[in-house]
Amino acid sequence: MSIAAKANALWEYANPRKFLATSERVMPFFWVSSLACIVVGLVWGFFFTPDDYKQGSTVKIIYLHVPAALMAINCWLMMLATSLVWLVRRHHVSALAARAAAPVGIVMTLIALATGAIWGQPMWGTWWAWDPRLTSFLILFLFYLGYVALWEAIEDPDTAADLTSVLCLVGSVFAILSRYAVNFWNQGLHQGASVMRAAAVTGADTEEKVSNIYFYPLLLCIIGFVLLFIALVLYRTGTEIRARRVKALLARERVNG
Amino acid sequence: MMPDLGKYADTVLWSYAASIGLLALLIVFSIARGRKIRAEMEKVEQRMTRNG
Repeated sequence: MSIAAKANALWEYANPRKFLATSERVMPFFWVSSLACIVVGLVWGFFFTPDDYKQGSTVKIIYLHVPAALMAINCWLMMLATSLVWLVRRHHVSALAARAAAPVGIVMTLIALATGAIWGQPMWGTWWAWDPRLTSFLILFLFYLGYVALWEAIEDPDTAADLTSVLCLVGSVFAILSRYAVNFWNQGLHQGASVMRAAAVTGADTEEKVSNIYFYPLLLCIIGFVLLFIALVLYRTGTEIRARRVKALLARERVNG
Repeated sequence: MMPDLGKYADTVLWSYAASIGLLALLIVFSIARGRKIRAEMEKVEQRMTRNG
């Protein structure tokens, strides 16, 4: 099958029935593998890695903080992609997938902010600083809240999908900014990228490089969070599709008397 | 066996408790709402089939 044909086959999932049938089939894999990766990664990191010479045992927070922060940003980027699909091709499943992902993004952002604050207190001597990365993450969190509120506030689902898609486009600036804020403004308390940087991982540079002792369990946790995100979004999108169907059936019932 | 977390024990344990608690809440609420909506849909579909 050519790449173009494969890309075209992807649009079949815009059909809610096809999406539900496929997601029901693959979801058990995502649930089981995500929980397995997270449990093994956390147990490995918590029980079997040494304390850091500078940060002591607080280094163990990395196994939750980094995967959650990565997913907070990537969840918004996934919402951006599905919102663009809605705006261009008007596929309802894509709009519902964006809606389904938003609460997952809220929780991921909240975990990143909470663990960051708890970690920052003993390391920086403060729970919070108006640092570029922290501030852009807080704004991203507020965008998530605004996005969910906008969906809830508008009665007509197509209008809600249109407006939330536009909000998603605007918020993408902060999603990208929260990833690269440290590079744009070389100031603040938060360190630069030390995990998802090719040179840091391959050992080509030594500056702020995460040691392999911490990196492997961290990688497992990141994979686990990605799989959990996919499982949750598939499940929640199915729920949104069914909720939309219930609404349509009730409306039809009212019309028929 | 619990590792010795030293003077940062509270910091580490609070981070884990908060994160795992939030993830558990998200999963539980998602599944609970999913089940509720699925049951509601089946009920409405059955009623509509009965009433033609």
